[in-house]
Amino acid sequence: MTETPIWFTPPPRSPRLPEAPPREVRERIALEIDGERVEVEQGATLLDACRAAGREIPTLCYLETLTPVNVCRICVVEVEGARVLAPACSRKAEAGMKVATESPRVATSRKLVLELLASSVDLSTAPGLAELMARYGARPERFGANAASVAQPVKVDNDLYVRDYGKCVLCYKCVEACGVDAQNTFAIAVAGRGFDAGISTEHDVPLPDSACVYCGNCIAVCPTGALMPKPEHDLRAVGRWDEARQTRTDTICAYCGVGCTVTLHVQDGAIVKATSPFENQVTRGNLCVKGRFGFEFVQLGRRR
Amino acid sequence: MDLRFHGNRPSAEERAAIDALLGAPATGWQGGERDAARDGRHAEGGLAAAERRDLLLPCLHALQDRVGWVSRGGLEYVCRRLSVPPAEAWGVATFYHLLATEPRPPVVAHVCDDLACRLAGAERLCARLEREVGPAGAPAGEGNATWLRSPCLGACDRAPAALLFAAGEAPRSAVVAPVADEAALVDALARPAHFPPHELFTEHGSADLRRSVPQLGEPGLLLLARVGTVDPTSLEAYRASGGYRALARAVELGPERLIEEKIASKLVGRGGAAFPTGRKWQAVARARVTPRYLVCNADESEPGTFKDRILLEHDPFGIVEAMTIAGYACGCERGFVYLRGEYPLALERLGEAIAQARAAGLLGDDVLGAGFRFDIEIRRGAGAYICGEETALFNSIEGYRGEPRSKPPFPVEVGLFGKPTVVNNVETLANVPFIVANGGASYAAKGTAGSTGHKLFCVSGRVARPGLYEVPFGTTLGELLLLAGGVAGGRDLAAVLLGGAAGSFVGPEALTLPLTFEDTRAAGTTLGSGVVLVYDDLADLPDALSRIASFFRHESCGQCVPCRVGAVRQEEMLARLAAGRPEGSLAAELETYRELAQAMRDASICGLGQTASAAIESALARFPLFGAPAAGGERP
Ligand SMILES: Cc1cc2nc3c(=O)[nH]c(=O)nc-3n(C[C@H](O)[C@H](O)[C@H](O)COP(=O)(O)O)c2cc1C
Ligand code: SF4
Ligand code: SF4
Ligand code: SF4
Ligand code: FES
Ligand code: FES
Repeated sequence: MTETPIWFTPPPRSPRLPEAPPREVRERIALEIDGERVEVEQGATLLDACRAAGREIPTLCYLETLTPVNVCRICVVEVEGARVLAPACSRKAEAGMKVATESPRVATSRKLVLELLASSVDLSTAPGLAELMARYGARPERFGANAASVAQPVKVDNDLYVRDYGKCVLCYKCVEACGVDAQNTFAIAVAGRGFDAGISTEHDVPLPDSACVYCGNCIAVCPTGALMPKPEHDLRAVGRWDEARQTRTDTICAYCGVGCTVTLHVQDGAIVKATSPFENQVTRGNLCVKGRFGFEFVQLGRRR
Repeated sequence: MDLRFHGNRPSAEERAAIDALLGAPATGWQGGERDAARDGRHAEGGLAAAERRDLLLPCLHALQDRVGWVSRGGLEYVCRRLSVPPAEAWGVATFYHLLATEPRPPVVAHVCDDLACRLAGAERLCARLEREVGPAGAPAGEGNATWLRSPCLGACDRAPAALLFAAGEAPRSAVVAPVADEAALVDALARPAHFPPHELFTEHGSADLRRSVPQLGEPGLLLLARVGTVDPTSLEAYRASGGYRALARAVELGPERLIEEKIASKLVGRGGAAFPTGRKWQAVARARVTPRYLVCNADESEPGTFKDRILLEHDPFGIVEAMTIAGYACGCERGFVYLRGEYPLALERLGEAIAQARAAGLLGDDVLGAGFRFDIEIRRGAGAYICGEETALFNSIEGYRGEPRSKPPFPVEVGLFGKPTVVNNVETLANVPFIVANGGASYAAKGTAGSTGHKLFCVSGRVARPGLYEVPFGTTLGELLLLAGGVAGGRDLAAVLLGGAAGSFVGPEALTLPLTFEDTRAAGTTLGSGVVLVYDDLADLPDALSRIASFFRHESCGQCVPCRVGAVRQEEMLARLAAGRPEGSLAAELETYRELAQAMRDASICGLGQTASAAIESALARFPLFGAPAAGGERP
């Protein structure tokens, strides 16, 4: 009687290393950016093409990790022969296109977009916008002191993050991050219409009553600071938030086996914020409630 | 997706209204009675329910019609039934002007205070309502009624107009136009003798049709031939007048020849963009993707426009037949009519026409026994001008906010439900049977070389006989105004708004302008949707400009910055100019406006923002206004 082991023997290991599937080779197309010839892959956007040509196009509602919504219109460029300007962030490059990135029409539209936003929204915590306003000569005050704005009280309804929609430029990024682009929770959506449109839960209920799971992925994508972790909000309120004094350290989240990369922002020896890099392959900038907000325990022991 | 609900329950009426539309819920998971033995062991409903997302707006209508507003319990029940996240459903419900998301009395009068009605005393009527009924939106008549201001109701031929809704088990709606008896309206709202005030809901449509269509019964009409002469409620009458011969001929020709005839006719779209219809049909017919869809755009909300309403009310079978031909030619098995929510009579007549055609085998699985399938569904809009924009319309039907999509891709490639879609305006379709029956060449022989066929013009404002007029392209503006009896009271013509709020103003020099696409374009103006709104020398143009500015502020979907904020700045600026208090100097203010208008035109996503400054700019260019001389220059 031959001895058949009762345990399972795994098949021999293949000597071949697993490989990523071959990258689809796309046709390359040529177009002109400010008179300069560039080549990009079929399917690339005008933004990709402009970047390939070394042009810096401002963006606000665009983010590599989200589906383009092309609503802010700060990235518009002039395509020769087109009736209106095109949003660089989402318009696909086509062979033979002639694109101007800083024509007078482009400059006027960008200036006006900045003036319209600055006259209606509090941009004080929006990084980079002051520089852009200077670059395009934006003078929002020319719309008068009584220009309608979206100013409203800050919503502080939970311990983890605050919503200050007086700073909201309605870029739709948070809605996308909460929806199909990342979190699939759909706790927030755009409600209302026109100038009265805004980000809202159903019936504007407080966040704890909504479907929100506090992943904070909306905070990560918000370009204006309208969504802000509570600790940052509180430090800013007492004038103690100072990015110049902060260090950033990448580490691996200790909570679960996914192993997300977490960037710890440390000021004066204390963690003040946790984020994740957008270019990270695992997280694409997203975390869950534990990785994003669960750092208090680190400093509790020391305080005692 | 992980839906979180709040435990808000629908009332029995709300539940019944939704169940009437969707059928009874199968299990507790969809909001039915919870049966622990059955529902406790398995979960179901999500995917299948979410596939019916396009029923979201019909459900919201059902709630609004039944109880007069969309309550928390009602909305939550709809979300459960369709597996829609509550935040998204809230976003949709708050998008539409006709839906209330706060308690609202069951009887509502939407009183038009838009361009044509202002010329007919709408502000006086509103002031009286304010005085005798109460502020707009406040409950009156023992809490049973209220009134609201409304943009153009598409009844400018009989201004001033009001639209009445009464929610209830048998919801009612009617357009009162003109509001001849202001006292009766005030009484019905403020002191209802009984409830609902039935006397208000008598249809004023057909009795005085000759007033709306002064050419009624004249020979040589191609689009209005049946209006007022053939019973719009009878398929028999339609057939007796030659109806459905075109469909039979279409089936003889086959799809390819049909499209050739369309191309030969050189018909272009009447919805505003003037795109060649034959090419649109061809693109969809050649698309390899199925299913394909046909959409009849009946959202007609451009201030001053009422042509599609009259066609739908008085020749509904004509549109049904035209859609059937279009569906056959393009290989679409399903057609949708996106009908403006403010058109109750058109809804009734069109619904009746579709039902009769279906019963006669002229819609359904085997149309005319010719082996093709085609059916039509009506979807009601809910008070949003932007939903007339074709991609916003798709989103609205699909159960999302009516926000335009980015183009390209164009609807002929990626349209309704992501499939190739033909979108045609009602009037565009109304030309189809003639072209099929008589051939493209004979159609192309009408009008001018660049604008073939006939065109409907909605003439309103200060003319002797406002109404809908059909003329061949090439008729001059002066000739059209003569048909309408000239300026009312023999006064002098001051200005004409061509093409609606998205169009532009012209002065008396334009009386010799031939009304064609090419001539209006060369003159720096537009035909748009066929609006011809006449102002005499007494008219208050700055008031009209303010109303246009507030129209665009109200109707902007809010998606893109140039339009969302720009429309508000435009309105504010006109208010300052009208008050004689420009910011900085008049010159600085006008320079700011010039730049603002340019950015709105250049950088907005869709046609709404792109044209929101057109009429105002044209007025500033052509007329001395606000103490500044006419700026001159052609509109770019
Ligand atoms: C803001 C806006 C509103 C519109 N409203 C309508 C409308 O009410 N009815 C319509 O037929 N087209 C409307 N259009 C044009 C449609 O987008 C589309 O071009 C048209 O329905 C195509 O049909 P046609 O080719 O037969 O003209 C609108 C466009 C814009 C930008
Ligand atoms: S924290 Fe997460 S779940 Fe909550 S609203 Fe933001 S993205 Fe949505
Ligand atoms: S809250 Fe922030 S992310 Fe969301 S729409 Fe406003 S600005 Fe954009
Ligand atoms: S132009 Fe206006 S209506 Fe059109 S997408 Fe932008 S905000 Fe919406
Ligand atoms: S970045 Fe392109 S439109 Fe906002
Ligand atoms: S119905 Fe009042 S302006 Fe058209």
